[in-house]
Amino acid sequence: MKKKLVVIGNGMAPGRALETLFKKAPGDFDVTIFNAEPRVNYDRIMLSPVLSGEKTFEDIVIHDDAWYAEHGVTLLKGEKIVHIDREKKTVMSENGVTSPYDHLMIATGSTPIVIPVPGHDKNGVVTYRDLDDVDQMLEAAKKRKNAVVIGGGLLGLEAAAGLQMQGMNVTVLHLMPTLMERQLDPAAGYLLQRAIEDRDIRVITKANTHEILGDDEVTGVALDDGTVIPADIVVMAVGIKPSTAVAEAAGLEIGRGIIVDDAMRTSDPDISAVGECAEHRGMCYGLVAPLYDMAKTLAARLAGDETAAYTGSVTSTKLKVTGIDLFSAGDFAEAPDREEIVLRDAAAGVYKRLVLKDNRIIGVVLYGETKDGAWFFQMMKDGTDVSELRETLIFGQGYAGGAPLDPTAAVAALPDDGEICGCNGICKGDIVSAIAEQGLSTIDDVRAVTKASGSCGSCTGLVEQLLALALGDAYNPAAVQPMCPCTDLGHDDVRRLIVAKELKTIPAVMQELEWKTSCGCAKCRPALNYYLVATWPGEYEDDYQSRFINERVHANIQKDGTYSVIPRMWGGMTTPGELRAIADVAEKFNIPSVKVTGGQRIDLLGVQKEDLPAVWADLNAAGMVSGAAYAKGLRTVKTCVGTDWCRFGTQDSTGLGIKIEKMMWGSWTPHKVKMAVSGCPRNCAEATCKDFGVICVDSGYELHFAGAAGMHIKGTEILCTVATEEEALEYCAATVQLYREQGRYLERIYKWADRVGHDTVRAQIVEDQERRNLLYRRFLYSQKFAQIDPWAERVAGKDWREFTPMSDISRLEAAE
Amino acid sequence: MNTQTERWIDVGYLNDIPRRGARCVKVPGYTVALFRTGDDQVFALEDKCPHKNGPLSQGIVHDGCVTCPLHNWVISLATGEAQGADEGKVATIPVKLEGGRISIDIGVAAVRAA
Repeated sequence: MKKKLVVIGNGMAPGRALETLFKKAPGDFDVTIFNAEPRVNYDRIMLSPVLSGEKTFEDIVIHDDAWYAEHGVTLLKGEKIVHIDREKKTVMSENGVTSPYDHLMIATGSTPIVIPVPGHDKNGVVTYRDLDDVDQMLEAAKKRKNAVVIGGGLLGLEAAAGLQMQGMNVTVLHLMPTLMERQLDPAAGYLLQRAIEDRDIRVITKANTHEILGDDEVTGVALDDGTVIPADIVVMAVGIKPSTAVAEAAGLEIGRGIIVDDAMRTSDPDISAVGECAEHRGMCYGLVAPLYDMAKTLAARLAGDETAAYTGSVTSTKLKVTGIDLFSAGDFAEAPDREEIVLRDAAAGVYKRLVLKDNRIIGVVLYGETKDGAWFFQMMKDGTDVSELRETLIFGQGYAGGAPLDPTAAVAALPDDGEICGCNGICKGDIVSAIAEQGLSTIDDVRAVTKASGSCGSCTGLVEQLLALALGDAYNPAAVQPMCPCTDLGHDDVRRLIVAKELKTIPAVMQELEWKTSCGCAKCRPALNYYLVATWPGEYEDDYQSRFINERVHANIQKDGTYSVIPRMWGGMTTPGELRAIADVAEKFNIPSVKVTGGQRIDLLGVQKEDLPAVWADLNAAGMVSGAAYAKGLRTVKTCVGTDWCRFGTQDSTGLGIKIEKMMWGSWTPHKVKMAVSGCPRNCAEATCKDFGVICVDSGYELHFAGAAGMHIKGTEILCTVATEEEALEYCAATVQLYREQGRYLERIYKWADRVGHDTVRAQIVEDQERRNLLYRRFLYSQKFAQIDPWAERVAGKDWREFTPMSDISRLEAAE
Repeated sequence: MNTQTERWIDVGYLNDIPRRGARCVKVPGYTVALFRTGDDQVFALEDKCPHKNGPLSQGIVHDGCVTCPLHNWVISLATGEAQGADEGKVATIPVKLEGGRISIDIGVAAVRAA
């Protein structure tokens, strides 16, 4: 007879408990979950990337519907439990659904604290706790301009960064003098504040919220000192409290949370509590690692292990805001019996502080460089006597005790219970034994089996080092061609690490991947700039100094140092008005040559650099934008006249070409991308030697890719045939996006396709509908930030120094 | 050759030049390329690659060098000499950075140009 297990709540803690339980005691329990949220279990830590647009909800789902079905779990979505009858051992939901239990697991989590200032109940005041909150914020970011976040702690700052990335003006109000004062000392708090302000988020500390203003809708926030900050949305992120109402009503013992013993049992032995709602030895936890430890203990108990015990956790904190590295753990207040070791490197923005008591680490704050966090944290948890290491301790594990600089040495030295993946609470021993027992050989295997590096990914490097350590030479990825003499890493490794380590600036890449030069070279810098643009759309700030001159000034440099200017002519179509404007510009600026290009547009050659903004202004005024003829990006979409005029035309090839160009323009790619659409197989637009081409046929559109007609001449490969224009557009964008994500810088589509295999490309674009759709959506998302006419920006004054000599003393001197 | 006479001219602020970038200064007869490195050192070269006269001011600045935009010659900012296998040298112009202001010695430059 199966025992009946009822779970209240469907967050990460019960999810992990059930996962472990099903492994340890498959088939022993008949499980029913009541979830107040109307959805499956997802990774709450990753809500911030959803808010910032870096991930979608689908990306952060932990257990999908299939998982529940597979394990025979009844998941009742949107059913909030309001009553526990301990006599009859049943629970009842708000909607009157009841269920009996043999054992009850309470995992109600926590509730955000709302400070009861006047106006806290107005429309537009939200908390930051679940997906509904994120949706509300995203909705607001679409229509509104100003956001105020109350609370400068972990969640508040993540919310602020997310809203800022969604384009809002964000102000953070924090009651205390420095940010994250519970996790950081004032010096690190200050560095953090500067970094936050650098991303155009206003921070007001010592800010006492007096009132939230507005009628029904929020309009602003007033502080005690009379300051009024306009706000269309106010996010309260001042803290959380355990949700204990239903447990309290059932008469269970309550402190701050639901009190549990080391076996995770409440005052009723048939009821346990796990996660943020539980209070264990006087502590309530809000971080995932301890919650997972509790979950493991509870699962072991349920599976019959009477010795399993949870004995509390020492926690560390990492801030998940892109580009800010911060780690803290323990206690770092100053006191007479404590000593501290401090390292500052202002230029590098590094601040490290260790607090020692009796030669043992009791507190760690790392800002700017956090890779030794795990090492310090382990010594802190173990109470290691550091007197022998003291002299070099602050420099980290690489130096301590003269250890070699072999990168795997650090990992090798960790004990088996050394934590590798903080998000999922996975220790070194778990990974090493999984590798040995299950014959794992790739990072993806390890991720799938152990979950290590599966959430935020910042420990990917450590996991790889463990693989290298465990497998020795067997884990030696094929020798790769380094990107340039500045590094030993190849293009693919650099790209992978940019994603895995969430590197979002060129200096960060060079720092973290140990570039051998101080600021790279003319080969790696443009490549890195592209990889960052392509990986972090809307977030990475383009580094013009790392772009080749043509992309920096949005024109093509010629042999005499003048420039050529090519306005876009959509699908090769133009008008008398555009031609007149081009003629006027050519005469007004004495442009020596006007040439028709091979891409169906007009090139103005021999423009002086100083004249570029004025030339563009005139072209802009006639409705023309940059043709990006200089870009590693979309150049042209050639078309023939198709059914508009041609007696052989089968489809509107001009119209489709224009649609493709309107979708694609502005995109950056590893190398240039040229396209064409021909209206019939006679192929007047020469679509079969393009990076992407379309041949219209009676039944639809034959899609081609991977052609070239430059240094090498190569006919295209057929991708597939589709019936509608919409499909042609989606397949085209998905192919380009795949190339954007996999292509090495300066590798044309045909070379990339040769390298990865044409069938591999077809499999991902044609056969895998879901993948195609995701690629398509990622492309459209990145286009939101790319489709800004660079000429118009510069006409408006952007980067004006580029087009103006710093000083002109030629005439002054000549006159003397 | 005339005797070299120093003639220092103030040409602007350090912050007028982007880090790892360059700006031009037009002087009688030619153009000076003023470079600012990642660690805020300033160098001045004639804006003319020894290879095919490419405008060095338009190149990518890295580690004390600039890569010419026309054919990727790498030129040392300090000496004006081509790096690697290429051979050639471009004129350097004395430059001073004082209190955030940059001046160049046009006297030497003028003699050189003559």
